[in-house]
Amino acid sequence: MHELSLIASVFDVLEENARAHGAARVTKVVLQVGRMSGVVPDLLESAFDTYKQGTLAEGARLEIVDVPVRLCCSDCGGEAAREDSDFSCAACGSRRVEIVAGRELVVERIELETDGA
Amino acid sequence: MTTKTISVLQDLLATNKQAAAAIRQELSSRGILCINLLSSPGSGKTTLLESLADRLRGRYRMAVIEGDIETERDAERIRAKGIPAWQITTGGACHLEARMIGRVLSHVPAAIDFLFIENVGNLVCPASYDLGEDLRCVLLSSPEGDDKPAKYPQAFLSADCLILTKADLVPYLPFDPAKAAAEALSIKPGLRIFTVSALRGDGVDELAAYFAEALERLRSARA
Repeated sequence: MHELSLIASVFDVLEENARAHGAARVTKVVLQVGRMSGVVPDLLESAFDTYKQGTLAEGARLEIVDVPVRLCCSDCGGEAAREDSDFSCAACGSRRVEIVAGRELVVERIELETDGA
Repeated sequence: MTTKTISVLQDLLATNKQAAAAIRQELSSRGILCINLLSSPGSGKTTLLESLADRLRGRYRMAVIEGDIETERDAERIRAKGIPAWQITTGGACHLEARMIGRVLSHVPAAIDFLFIENVGNLVCPASYDLGEDLRCVLLSSPEGDDKPAKYPQAFLSADCLILTKADLVPYLPFDPAKAAAEALSIKPGLRIFTVSALRGDGVDELAAYFAEALERLRSARA
């Protein structure tokens, strides 16, 4: 339940970028959220909608990109997505695997609106 | 009015990761091993630290950073053992972050061996935050049930060691230590597992020896 503090970090990123580009408003935010990131997308959306009131992102839409877990095997070198919490290589069954995706909490891109021409 | 899309690719935990790296480097340069204890509330983190204080006395020097939502109670318990302790009260936050540790670091005496961080009792959120520790230990007490590793995989996946606590209660509970260990190992192969009863002191020396070995490795790596 630390979604609100993560959203506060999102707004730091939004304000910094809006200032750098002289933008008046943020209209869209795209967040990559890994399945192993430990946060719940629904709660992120609620936190975003609460936090955005009265900010430059008041009218912004949050889009969450779900990032599945991907494992890379240290034994056979195979890489594959895992749907369940089975942390073994899909090809050879080895448990010597590394999680190469699925922990993301990343602001991928944002849409900004600038007043004037 | 113009609209533009900007590619940002900013990691939301980047600030925490940077702060954690700075802490790790500073403590390592001072030859201090940092251990982050993570578990549900009431699984016995503070009691284990009290027991470790008794076992390490005279051989190693330790200090403790306590994280809780409210009260100084845990730090007071540690200080009663003659161990320097600092309480971080998060005022509602469910985990400690590296910059909170960074603020306390200047108070930590130079001449210690182990810095323990007792995280806020929570088996979910603290797993996402690196505090600059060298070892992350997850505690699982017998009353919590042996099904917890599969239910909270992230905490176990991020750990170096699992400490099964309250072993003295196992005869009275439907808790199978072998099942808990097997589940944890299926999530994190190579996880070191210890079984302790902090109240009786059982298994605490083995755990202390594991910490001492890690301290030895840290110091020989920087020598």
